[in-house]
Amino acid sequence: MKLVSKLFIALTVAALAFAAYQGLFVAPTERTMGEVQRIFYYHVPSAWTAFLLFFANFLASVVYLIWRNQKADAVAAATAEVGVVFCTVVLVTGPIWARPVWGIWWTWDARLTTTLVLWLIYVSYLVLRRYSVGTQTSVLAAALAIFGFVDVPIVYMTIRWFRTQHPSPVIGGGEGSGLDPSMYPPLLWNWLGFSMLAIILVYARYRLQRMEEAVEEQHAQAALQGGTP
Amino acid sequence: MSTLAMTRATLAKDLRMEWRSKDSINSMLFFALLVVVIFSFAFNPNAEESRQIAGGLIWVAFLFAAVVALNQTWARELRNQVLDAYRVSPAPANALFLAKAIGNFVFVTILEALMAPLFIIFYNLRSVGPAWQLLVVAVLGTWALVVNGTFFAALSIRTRSREIMLPLILFPISIPALLAMVDSTTSILTGDASPDFWIKMLLVYDVVFTAVCLLLFESVLNAE
Repeated sequence: MKLVSKLFIALTVAALAFAAYQGLFVAPTERTMGEVQRIFYYHVPSAWTAFLLFFANFLASVVYLIWRNQKADAVAAATAEVGVVFCTVVLVTGPIWARPVWGIWWTWDARLTTTLVLWLIYVSYLVLRRYSVGTQTSVLAAALAIFGFVDVPIVYMTIRWFRTQHPSPVIGGGEGSGLDPSMYPPLLWNWLGFSMLAIILVYARYRLQRMEEAVEEQHAQAALQGGTP
Repeated sequence: MSTLAMTRATLAKDLRMEWRSKDSINSMLFFALLVVVIFSFAFNPNAEESRQIAGGLIWVAFLFAAVVALNQTWARELRNQVLDAYRVSPAPANALFLAKAIGNFVFVTILEALMAPLFIIFYNLRSVGPAWQLLVVAVLGTWALVVNGTFFAALSIRTRSREIMLPLILFPISIPALLAMVDSTTSILTGDASPDFWIKMLLVYDVVFTAVCLLLFESVLNAE
């Protein structure tokens, strides 16, 4: 087990290094945007990874509510936390890219706004986890996760309508349709690297969560027997 | 007892208690009044501007005021372990939830009926579009706020910092509903665009989240 995780970490470092090389040196310079477009190779893979993690969080929450499996709850906690980290990366790299290319830091476009609302929802999820007490945390958090997941398509639809009603100065996103074929390998390599990194972080966070639960359990047992652990 | 009879009994009890104490309705009304006055100082709009911004102001004021009432939804049931008694009784959990949600709906509707004239006076409002549609928006929008609000109040009552927790989890989820309420109200007041899409959106939001609430409430009520 130990060897497998070490090997996986080594592979992840290699994949991330190769992906960085691909993104920074191999990928062609974009014609109109120039070098700054290379942030695309970090921005988009982070977004995909974040969305995958939030989807995993939803699945784990459903599994928890049906079977009351404590491991599923630990997975939900870990994926939400790491997902918020990747979503933060998206929200930070986005404006850095938008400023030189669009001339503005931020626009209330459907994708941007949905990502921001998604981030807000999962931060509120983490706050709820942090502030609820005892074993009921899992149920409350799982319920909120389902609300959040159901909300995302509704948010996307409303914002899209909101924006088509009031056209914004920026039509279309940065990448949009028609990506040059030579840009796919760096993009996919980066996504692979980021997903592997996410798996490592989620696994570490999961282990930590399980350990915390075990410690709490021991404290509770010791308290029941009237001693100190 | 059937779900309907249970709902009616719990609702009647809540309304009677509120009628006698007037705890949440008074604090909610005064809070909304303060928000209206502070907003009109802060923006000081003329008639045309106020038509543009009134939709946003009205609904933000109602949202903030509703949180005051929503926070007290379950606090009353914690005293004397009423909620625990409810849990061990064979009464359906959803009857309790529906009664609480309808009760909150009644409180917030009363608030809106009393505050709307004030808004009209302070902001010199006159609707350009068909004003009756505002009633539809009000009913759907209020339900959108209270159904999730009642559910999240049941979540936040279990946390360490009860009162502050509710807006933190309610507001992010309510963003699409709030956007729909504000935009439909603005389109009706200014008469610029048709509010049909937003009204349908609110209807979808109401149906979806009422279903999710009813699906999950029993688990939350019985969470140990």
